[in-house]
Amino acid sequence: MPWQRETFKKIKQIPKEEYVLPGTPLCAGCGGLEALRLAAKVLGENVVYVNAAGCFTMLAVYPFTALNASWLYTTMGSAPAGAQGVRDALDVLIAKGRLAKEEDLKVVVLAGDGSTYDMALSSTSGAIFRNLDFYYICYDNEAYGNTGVQLSSSTPYGARTTTSPCSVQHPAGASQEKKDIFEIWRAHRPPYIATVSPRHPLDLAEKFARAARYAGPKLFLALSACPTGWYYDPAQSPEVAKLAVESGLWPLKEAIDGRVTHTYIPKRRPVEEYLKLQGRFRHLFEPARREDAIRHIQDAVDAYWQQAVTVESH
Amino acid sequence: MSGEMLTGNLAAAWGARLADVDYVPSFPITPQTEIVEALAEWCERGEMAARFVTMDSEHSMMTAAGAAAATGARVFTATSSQGLLYAFELLYSIAGWRVPLVLVNVSRALAAPITLEPDHNDVLAARDSGFLQIHAETCQEVLDSVLMAYRIAEDPRVMLPVLVNLDGFYLSFTREPVVLPDPGKVRAFLPPYRPQHLGFKASAPQALGVAVLGGSTYSYFRHQMHLAACNALEVHQDAAAEFERLFGRRYDLVEGYRLDGAEDVLVMSNAFATKGKAAVDAARERGRRVGLLRLRVIRPWPAAAIAQALRGRRAVAVLDQNLAPGLGGILFQEIAAALYQEPFRPTALCSFIGGLGGKNISEAEFEAIFAQTEEAGRQGRGIGPVLLYTEGEHQEMEQLLDIAASRSK
Repeated sequence: MPWQRETFKKIKQIPKEEYVLPGTPLCAGCGGLEALRLAAKVLGENVVYVNAAGCFTMLAVYPFTALNASWLYTTMGSAPAGAQGVRDALDVLIAKGRLAKEEDLKVVVLAGDGSTYDMALSSTSGAIFRNLDFYYICYDNEAYGNTGVQLSSSTPYGARTTTSPCSVQHPAGASQEKKDIFEIWRAHRPPYIATVSPRHPLDLAEKFARAARYAGPKLFLALSACPTGWYYDPAQSPEVAKLAVESGLWPLKEAIDGRVTHTYIPKRRPVEEYLKLQGRFRHLFEPARREDAIRHIQDAVDAYWQQAVTVESH
Repeated sequence: MSGEMLTGNLAAAWGARLADVDYVPSFPITPQTEIVEALAEWCERGEMAARFVTMDSEHSMMTAAGAAAATGARVFTATSSQGLLYAFELLYSIAGWRVPLVLVNVSRALAAPITLEPDHNDVLAARDSGFLQIHAETCQEVLDSVLMAYRIAEDPRVMLPVLVNLDGFYLSFTREPVVLPDPGKVRAFLPPYRPQHLGFKASAPQALGVAVLGGSTYSYFRHQMHLAACNALEVHQDAAAEFERLFGRRYDLVEGYRLDGAEDVLVMSNAFATKGKAAVDAARERGRRVGLLRLRVIRPWPAAAIAQALRGRRAVAVLDQNLAPGLGGILFQEIAAALYQEPFRPTALCSFIGGLGGKNISEAEFEAIFAQTEEAGRQGRGIGPVLLYTEGEHQEMEQLLDIAASRSK
């Protein structure tokens, strides 16, 4: 039976309240910010964000913050440990009667892919291991964005970044495959993991609503189409985000207690349509078409879905 | 002296227990581990009303500690050496958050070569982090300093984290009689922690640790930290007076030992100062007019108290149990700076480096330090840095080098 939304069936059901307010210094067309805006609508009031170094660190610049929520900037490598300290302290203070229960907060880690895939892997693993009751939102733009777009272990094969330039040795750009952080998380068996895209707002909202039923780690990987880092016009962010999903490159899925369900089955438009929109892949098409690299990316997507469909039909 | 026979580590753990802390994030590292083992057991048995959690690294441990303190809990944690360095960026962050965390560091020399025994390169690496630093000589002082540390850290005039240092092995694993303060009196000295300005809660959202754009905003907050750290000199003395009133033991910013009539003064810190005091006693018996100044509070730097103790002396020897390669002793530099403006500053300031990696300092070496310092005073010209290394140690090392050379053939 296909996955069905229960809480959010129509776009009108998404709360009108805004918790991410206009006027941030983030780039125009930031897909990650739109994902956060939608997530925050479902998370609602009473949130403390524990932030790791990245683009979103600019959401709180003294004396302003764009968030109608509390905020603690920690480090690039240890935001989940910061979440542990905040959560534990809230629990202890409430248990000891020093803080009213109504003052409790949802603890939400907010980190980019550089932190999530690379530097904070140890502290994330530790937090999941300890079954910390928290949300983790990774805004994944597949590169170290705030420092000017360098290779991260989330950068997909074939993408050009400032530290994976196209060269004679590496004509396709990044030669590594994107790290599968979803499966790394899943191996820890947290109660809830999901991938989301802001171009699929109902899917995103539904997943945050479903996650709220579970105590423990609730992890979200949000595709963050990035005009600055992916080299396309900011107005095209919705189209880029849409094609990421429709091509099958960004599968929308969840895993509850480790069991994976794909929440949207795309018709799988050729990856080429997605790649062609972005300057970071332009070298695959100009000056000469790199059929091998494009084929490599398409084959990986095909293999993924072949395996996914096989697993879920059993 | 009556009291329980406690190791330095257990004295530190008792400090946290008596301070009635709420939260203890931990990570094991030799020679600190006994502290968190004791706290884990006490929390498990309900003898402490604190939540104990084992983290995945010191970096995570320090993040959790600072974050919990920022949420409004009274937090204790402990580490050592490589662990302190692994957590290093958090020391600066937590100080910037202006939260009153207390951290015990059990000094251990830094790799490479990797070793377990103490010197002060670990703790002194953190001297500019914004954590205040109290360096303890005895197990009793460890316990008492943890209590004083919370009182100083939580004072609205300060609001900075405090590090209490004790030497690995020499103090961490040495049992001494320790008087456990009466819990009721501790509550009088250190009232329950109810911060008004800190904490994340639904009714009053706040942002902490936020970015700033531009040097003037950054400088403003850094200046605030400096001024708060300076306030801690006075706050420490207030705490010392109240501590003495309640418990009968007095701890000052620095401790003078047989300074009356001392022509030359040896400056030391931490557990090896006990060796230094014994050497002063022996030298006095041989007719040398020497004394010892033990540095206790190292941040804030008690320049006035140091200058007052050292002014008018013939010569001063600073025995640094640390080494800044290419420079010499770290504390020597700071003492020289503290004395420069002093009109009656000593005529000679000598620098000795000893006790690295827990290396012993023998009576003969202390005697050599006193003799060389006296001579420097007579000449009006300081010496150093002198790296202490005995003939016997040199011969042992030669043997090791021979073994290493023969095995490699």
